[in-house]
Amino acid sequence: MAADSITATPETSRVRGLPGLQALGFNRAQSIAFLLLLAFLAIGPFFLYPVFLMKLLCFALFACAFNLLIGYVGLLSFGHAMFFGMGGYLAAHSAKVWGFTPELAILTGGAMGALLGVISGWLAIRRQGIYFAMITLALAQMVYFLCLQMRFTGGEDGIQGVPRGRLFGVFDLSADLSMYWLVAAVFLIGFLLINRVIHSPFGQVLTAIRENEPRAISLGYRADDYKMLAFVLSATLAGVAGGTKALVFGIATLTDVYWAMSGEVVLMTLLGGLGTVFGPAVGAAVIVTMQNYLAEFGAWVTVIQGGIFVICVVAFRAGIVGEIARWLRVRL
Amino acid sequence: MIEDILFQLELGLPQVVLGLVNGAFYALLSLGLAVIFGMLNVINFAHGAQFMMGAFVAWMLLAWGGIGYWWALVLSPLIVGAFGIVIEKLLISRLYKLDHLYGLLLTFGLALIIEGVFRNQFGSSGLPYSPPESLGGPPVDLGFMFLPKYRLWVVVASLVVSLATWLVIEKTRLGAYLRAATENAALVQAFGVNVPRMVTLTYAAGVALAAFAGVLAAPIYSVNPQMGSSLIITVFAVVVIGGMGSILGSVLTGFGLGLVEGLAKVFYPEASSTVIFVIMAIVLLARPAGLFGRA
Repeated sequence: MAADSITATPETSRVRGLPGLQALGFNRAQSIAFLLLLAFLAIGPFFLYPVFLMKLLCFALFACAFNLLIGYVGLLSFGHAMFFGMGGYLAAHSAKVWGFTPELAILTGGAMGALLGVISGWLAIRRQGIYFAMITLALAQMVYFLCLQMRFTGGEDGIQGVPRGRLFGVFDLSADLSMYWLVAAVFLIGFLLINRVIHSPFGQVLTAIRENEPRAISLGYRADDYKMLAFVLSATLAGVAGGTKALVFGIATLTDVYWAMSGEVVLMTLLGGLGTVFGPAVGAAVIVTMQNYLAEFGAWVTVIQGGIFVICVVAFRAGIVGEIARWLRVRL
Repeated sequence: MIEDILFQLELGLPQVVLGLVNGAFYALLSLGLAVIFGMLNVINFAHGAQFMMGAFVAWMLLAWGGIGYWWALVLSPLIVGAFGIVIEKLLISRLYKLDHLYGLLLTFGLALIIEGVFRNQFGSSGLPYSPPESLGGPPVDLGFMFLPKYRLWVVVASLVVSLATWLVIEKTRLGAYLRAATENAALVQAFGVNVPRMVTLTYAAGVALAAFAGVLAAPIYSVNPQMGSSLIITVFAVVVIGGMGSILGSVLTGFGLGLVEGLAKVFYPEASSTVIFVIMAIVLLARPAGLFGRA
């Protein structure tokens, strides 16, 4: 896994970041990109339809969580829809039936993702590479079948009419713009958390495992424990993303646990740039926008997504952000 | 208690035998995956789509060309296999020097394209394809149940093809080249064997096996664009359970899991869709390399 690693990001010497953003682990280019992102989050809802933006941010967080695994540990999970979808179901159920406030419902979704992450990680981390991908895919398919049969998911109908509720029991979220600020905050927290993890000593060990696992083990790191922790963290954030999405749309359905959703998050991350900080969000933005505009073409969307997959793998492996970064000679 | 179980089993025996039919498809598909993986180190995610193509080509041959089942059984694997050659030459061959995961991603993209194109062309509802007259007729009396002739044929055909594949790989000179190239491609090439061509043909052969299974499946399941995608995920679980190290291993695992699924339909129908995944979890705990895998 050394030279042909799926994401070989050369660790160039650390460039000093803008003051203040340094603490987050950003270099100068990343700091500028982050400020642009903040600006986009702040003025976006005044130019674009807030519901569209919220959907975009949910998928962006989902893709960032996925990228933590593929980009920094080199683990390709092909079953991330189970965390996203089940997070959505639990958030929807807790908000609708148990009457949880939105922030608690989203946390419940995250907790579901974590629990499922512990179980599936415990099984899947026993194998590596391609087998890991197949096992996560199979486990996700099992979760899909369970969701189809279980009572609380509502089977084919899903959980509908989920109330957005009042944040902390105080702020009414039924207006799209107020909901938007919550979603933006959730995304930012998740994004910064992932970024903090990547740049922590823990994240450095993850990268070491990605580059050369036997060596990392011989240095005394228990690679499987590190992988497990990263896996659960990724699953938790995917659950949070799914829970947030369920609250935004007031519905949790089988679509979000289906294998096609696992494929979609892989595509977003691949298109944006594996192992880049901003790539997954950019990839999610492109794919969600594309789905929005091409919705009327039906099955052609699948064909186009497949085509993007093929092009990315054959000729465009660095992804959008990876290519920009190479062109500007910075790390993004 | 025991009598109860036996009674239920007697009632459910037809289900169990029908499980064997599913097992036949698991066996053929996991065999194809194993053959391709052994040589190319690529997990062929498009396998399900190619299985579906096999069924569709059989349908097209009949509907547009008036060519019947028996010819389709030969022609469809050849046509889909030729398609496999094009894919390998154009796309997959570019990835051999990269991480194996890229092969999975590429073939996943191909699967999406193929499925999408067929869904545009033929819609999501299934197309009918009837079994040949010679295999229609009255069901065969097995003593304890009546089995439609066609399903019996599926089991037999799958067994024969699996066995033939095993013989080719283990007992012939060509198979010896293949196994040698799997171990050390550079050395085999140094002996004057055209390894790239062998890789291409191996991929085509694996794809042809999927198409063959697709033609077998056409009269049983309705021919529709989604017929391969969920099947292939179950087959991935089968492959994880069996390990891809051994040809006979994947055949045995395939049939065995079909049987288990049939048993689940008798005793606990709710679990029939998930039982294979549960077994996969248990095998991962007890023997992570798979039942027939080499660690």
